[in-house]
Amino acid sequence: MASLLAVLPSDPLPPQWLNLRTYWLLAVVLVALAITWLVGFLLERRHGANVDTALLRRLNHRVKAWWLMAAILVLGFLLQRPGTVLLFGLVSFWALREFVTMTPTRRGDHRALFWTFMIITPLQYLLIGLGSNAPRWLTKGQETDLYSLYSIMIPVYATLFVPARIAFSGDAKRFLERTAKILAALLICVYSLSFAPALLNLRLTTSNGQPWSGSPVSVLFFLVLIAQLADVLQFAWTRLAGKTPVAPAINASRTWEGLGGSLVTTALIGGALYWATPFQPWEAALMSMLVAAMAFAGGLTMSAIKRDRGVTDTGTLVVGHPGLLDRIDNVCFAAPVFYHLTRFFFTA
Amino acid sequence: MTVTAHVIALAAKLLSGFTVRWIDCYPDTCQRVYFANHTSHLDPVVLWSSMPNDVRRVTRPVAAKDYWSQGRIRPFIARSFNALLIDRMEIKVHQSPVDLMIREIGDVYSLIVFPEGGRSSGDEMGEFKSGLYYLAKKRPDLELVPVYMENLNRILPRGEVFPVPLLSSITFGPPIWLEAGEAKTAFLQRARGAVRALKDL
Repeated sequence: MASLLAVLPSDPLPPQWLNLRTYWLLAVVLVALAITWLVGFLLERRHGANVDTALLRRLNHRVKAWWLMAAILVLGFLLQRPGTVLLFGLVSFWALREFVTMTPTRRGDHRALFWTFMIITPLQYLLIGLGSNAPRWLTKGQETDLYSLYSIMIPVYATLFVPARIAFSGDAKRFLERTAKILAALLICVYSLSFAPALLNLRLTTSNGQPWSGSPVSVLFFLVLIAQLADVLQFAWTRLAGKTPVAPAINASRTWEGLGGSLVTTALIGGALYWATPFQPWEAALMSMLVAAMAFAGGLTMSAIKRDRGVTDTGTLVVGHPGLLDRIDNVCFAAPVFYHLTRFFFTA
Repeated sequence: MTVTAHVIALAAKLLSGFTVRWIDCYPDTCQRVYFANHTSHLDPVVLWSSMPNDVRRVTRPVAAKDYWSQGRIRPFIARSFNALLIDRMEIKVHQSPVDLMIREIGDVYSLIVFPEGGRSSGDEMGEFKSGLYYLAKKRPDLELVPVYMENLNRILPRGEVFPVPLLSSITFGPPIWLEAGEAKTAFLQRARGAVRALKDL
C-alpha cells in the first residue's frame, strides 16, 4: 500500500483506514442510538399513558434493526476493506433473495436466476473488492481502478445476458415482464447497493482539489447514517404535520410535508456532521438533502412494488415481519447517486 | 446425531432460508407421521432440517430409493439424515412399503412422507396415494401432522441440478386421525385438504 501511494505526488498524508473523525462519528451515532433505545424502553415501561403502542413497537423494532446495522458496519470496519465489501455483498445477496422471492418467476427463469445469484452478484463485489489492486495479468502492470469494469458490468453485460439466457430456455410467456423483474432486482439490490462499499475505493479531495486526509470509512458511515435519518425524519414529520400523501394509492404514510421536513432537517444534521467528510458544511447539507430525496424515492418505489405484489413487507413469506430490504431500500437508492457526485466533485 | 447431520441441516437452512410456523400444533417427540406436499428433491432434507433438534433425532424422512441411492454423495447424505429408502420400482405384495415403514419406526421414530408419490410440477397438489390411509389404519395411535412447504419448487425445480437460494416457508398444521369407519377416498381427500388449507394461513 505504501509503495502504491508513493507514486502519487499529491498525497502527502496516506489516508488511514480509521482515524479520529471516524471514531467521533461512530461515538455520535452510538450515543444517539443509545438515547433512542432508552426513550423507547422507558416509554414501553410506562405503558398505557398516552402512548401509541403500534408506533412504539415500530420505533423499537427500528432501533433493534439499527443496532444490528451499526454492529455489521463496525464489524466490517474491523475487518478492513475486504471485510466491509464482503459484508455489503452478503447484504446484497440477502436483499436479492427477498426481492426475487416476492416476485413470481417461471420455471424457464431458473438458470438465469442461478447466474444472477451465483455469478453476477459475487462478481460485482469481487470487482469492487479488488478496486485498484487488480491482478497484474488484468491490468498489464498499469495502475488501473476497476471502476471502468464494475460500473458497467451489470448495465452492459448482465442486462444483455439475462434476457438472452431466458430466451435460451425457450419459454416465451410474459417474457418482457419476467426479464424486467430480474433486471430490476439486480439493479436495486446489487448494482445500486454496491456503490456504498465502492466509496472506499475513492481517493477523496476537498472541492477545491486539496487532498483530504480523512478516512473514506467515515464517508460510507455518513451515507448510511443520513439515509436512515432521512427515513425516520420523514416518518416523524408525517406524524406531526402530514396531510397530503404523495401517492395515496401506494403508501399513505409518505407525505409531501414529510418529504419537505425531511429534506430540511436532514440537510441541517448532515451539515452539522460535515467534519466527518471532505465536504464544506454547505456541501454536506446539499449532499444530505440529495440523499434524503433519494431515500424517499427508494422507499416509495419499494412500496409500489410491494403494493403490486400485495405484501406489506419483503422479509419472509409470512406477513408482519419486516425484511432486510425494507430497511435498506433508502441506502440502495441513495448510494449510486451519492457515490457518483462524490466521485465527480470530490476526487482528483 | 452426527456432525454431518448438523452440517446438512445448517446447509439446508441457509439454502432454502425457511421460516417455520407451527399452527395449532407443537413440536413433540411423540410418534407422528408428517405428511407434506412434494415439489422438489430438497423437500425431505429441508422438512427434516426445519424441526427442532430433539424432534429431528427421532424423525425419519421416507425417500425414493432410485434417487437417493445413486452415486456416492446421495447415499451418504441419506444415511446422515436417517432416511428410510423405499423402492418405488419394485413393490411386492407381502413386502409393501407400509409394512416396511411400520417395522422400521418401531415405537420410537416418526416419519416424514409425501403422499403424492412423486413430485407435482404444477401449482396444484396431486391426489394422495393410499399409503397414508393404510399407515393410519395399521397404527391408529400415530398423530398425522399436515405440513405445507412453499416455494421449494422455485429453489430446486424438477429436472434442475443447481438450486437458486430463494426463501421458503414451512407450515405445520393441527394433527388429524383416521375416523372410525372412514372410507379410504374420503380420508385421503380430507388429508389432502388439511395440507391445502395451510397454504392460505
